[in-house]
Amino acid sequence: MTFNRHHLLGMEGLTQEEIETILTSAESLKEISFRDIKKVPTLRGKTVVNFFHEPSTRTRTSFEIAAKRLSADTVSLSANTSSLVKGETLVDTARNLEAMNPDVIVIRHSMAGAPHLLSRIVKPSIINAGDGMHEHPTQALLDLLTIREKKGRIAGLQVAIVGDIAHSRVARSNILGLKTMGAHVMVAGPPTMIPPFIESMGVSVTYHLQEAVVWADVIMMLRVQLERQKQMLFPSLREYSRFFGLNMKIMNKAKRDVIIMHPGPINRGVEIDPEVADGPFSVILDQVTNGVAIRMALLYLLLGGKKGEMAY
Amino acid sequence: MKWLIRGGRVIDPQNQMDDLMDIYIHQGKILDLQPYTPKRGLKGPSDFRVIPAEGLLVTPGLIDIHTHLREPGFEYKETILTGTQAAVAGGFTAVACMANTLPVNDTQSVTEYILNKARDARLARVFPVGAISVGLKGETLAEYGDLKTAGVVALSDDGNPVINSQLMRRAMEYARAFDLPIISHCEDLSLSRPGVMNEGPISTRLGLHGIPSAAEEIMIFRDIQLCQITETPLHIAHVSTAGSVQLIRDAKKKGLPVSAETAPHYFSLTEEAVIGFDTQAKINPPLRTKNDLLAIQKGLKDGTIDVIASDHAPHSPLEKEVEFDLASTGIVGLETTLPLTLNLVHRGILTLPQAIAKLTQGPAQVLKLNGLGRLEISGPANLTIIDPELEFQVDIHSFASKSKNSPFHGWKLKGKALLTMIEGRIVFNQIIPVFE
Repeated sequence: MTFNRHHLLGMEGLTQEEIETILTSAESLKEISFRDIKKVPTLRGKTVVNFFHEPSTRTRTSFEIAAKRLSADTVSLSANTSSLVKGETLVDTARNLEAMNPDVIVIRHSMAGAPHLLSRIVKPSIINAGDGMHEHPTQALLDLLTIREKKGRIAGLQVAIVGDIAHSRVARSNILGLKTMGAHVMVAGPPTMIPPFIESMGVSVTYHLQEAVVWADVIMMLRVQLERQKQMLFPSLREYSRFFGLNMKIMNKAKRDVIIMHPGPINRGVEIDPEVADGPFSVILDQVTNGVAIRMALLYLLLGGKKGEMAY
Repeated sequence: MKWLIRGGRVIDPQNQMDDLMDIYIHQGKILDLQPYTPKRGLKGPSDFRVIPAEGLLVTPGLIDIHTHLREPGFEYKETILTGTQAAVAGGFTAVACMANTLPVNDTQSVTEYILNKARDARLARVFPVGAISVGLKGETLAEYGDLKTAGVVALSDDGNPVINSQLMRRAMEYARAFDLPIISHCEDLSLSRPGVMNEGPISTRLGLHGIPSAAEEIMIFRDIQLCQITETPLHIAHVSTAGSVQLIRDAKKKGLPVSAETAPHYFSLTEEAVIGFDTQAKINPPLRTKNDLLAIQKGLKDGTIDVIASDHAPHSPLEKEVEFDLASTGIVGLETTLPLTLNLVHRGILTLPQAIAKLTQGPAQVLKLNGLGRLEISGPANLTIIDPELEFQVDIHSFASKSKNSPFHGWKLKGKALLTMIEGRIVFNQIIPVFE
């Protein structure tokens, strides 16, 4: 086991070995969440600050539960309770937080690079919980864990990522992670939502949902945000749903052992029909369960983990 | 004071001079230019104080066509005093300052304020650029007659592109009455927003909104077409793309009165400088690709690009130590422009006279600064003495500029101004023996 990082800023630069370490740690920590007493003393006395500068339910709760199951103390700040609303800069807020000696700052921010800025300025470990359109590494890791759990492997699998690739940090982190682990990735969506030069990240591109569905062992659907319509990226939700939404009709063309993933929150009836989201191929809730395990693993590895030793 | 600048390699592209010369200076003017006679005994007439320039370059005083001095309004970033200190430290004897101050330089009184401050500073000469439109709002024409009378040498809404084509056409027409060139910041905002860096594989990877080259090229094409209708001299600011270079090359071939500048960062850096979300590399127009960088170097070499401008854009840490999306665009350039330009000479891309022309003859011609950017008997003694071989490391903390926002910190460069003289007055000096 090797993991000597101080921060987790993105999937960019993580080696296959490091990803394996995180996934393997998560697999063993996952069991804690199914005990009667869901708590181990591993991170007792450590402090984790959840600094969410953008709304989030799932990720924030997941980090909070993960920290608590390892006995760390947690504090949560959101954009509307922090001094940022009073005009304090991100750097000043972070320096003030640092002065209270936390061990980890988990940051979610609407702008790309915000965690990188903090990592250059303050000492605690920074975990990127989503920065703008850039990266969302813990989501990619929990997706990798779910794929490995359901399919038994990652290398060689064909993974289709469907939807608004251009604005998606989930897509970027997953592309990086999947490529590092040896999977093949295809992105699908309307051309306005495929970012320029995405092929340079080693993926293939299609504008036809069916092509991706037929090809895929794993289908990851992305959330479509209504405000993109105003940015002239698509004409209407109705048309989007008709040509890029996953429904039972198109699922009939998929491989029989395909799995469907979604980072949430779901727009039922837009990018995914309810019958598909709740159907037999869906592993969406497994992703959420694995999210806690992945975040426990990261906190453990960044804070307490020593080589070859599992202290729980 | 009488000076003898002895034995330097004097390069004056305007007069096609490139010889070892002695320059005699008296009462702020060049009294005589004589071929250098390396006889140690002859020190010239004894009342001339000698500035030894053997092994050094002597050029017409450098001129920066594109500077932001930030005063009035943003004195925490730069003042006319600190900006002109930075100018002379970088070898510049004259700077043209852009109108995006607060208040905007769209009226006579603001122009006069700037000129008064510059006179008090007694450093580089300052040539204000007036606004094309009132308040840089792109709605109504500023009073060009008043501005010209007060001392502006050109018109530009730099920082805020003129979006309305009718307004741009009228501005170009009306400017002819006052013989003022238009300096155009070419950017189609509807296409560039909300971009913060060049659109390409790196913007995609970093999850930052991209600015396509087309956002610049569309507006350059428009302005060239308007230049064709109006015949008003058009100067394109801060050219950053290969496509722009080609558009300008074609316009010049047609004989249109079009000139262009680029800035050192566009021929020294690419978009890769943004990796890691380095806000020092956030510039507008953005740093582009290797292909663009090579096209700009070629444009400089073949004369398509006439001028190298600093686009000196001071910002404080308040604007730079923030999220990339929120950071202001721009870098300070007055103290790195000459070394980065000489770097093109060291790399064999430009000849020395070509490089010097981009900083002297080029800007003087665009702004019609008669008598500047050249060395002539009885002309003003504005000159820069340069050690082209001096190796040094760029250190932002040594900048005279109030702001330190530069992506070139730590770069090892070769070639630097050692002495700057304006009308016979030494305003910057690192040639120690001059003063006892």
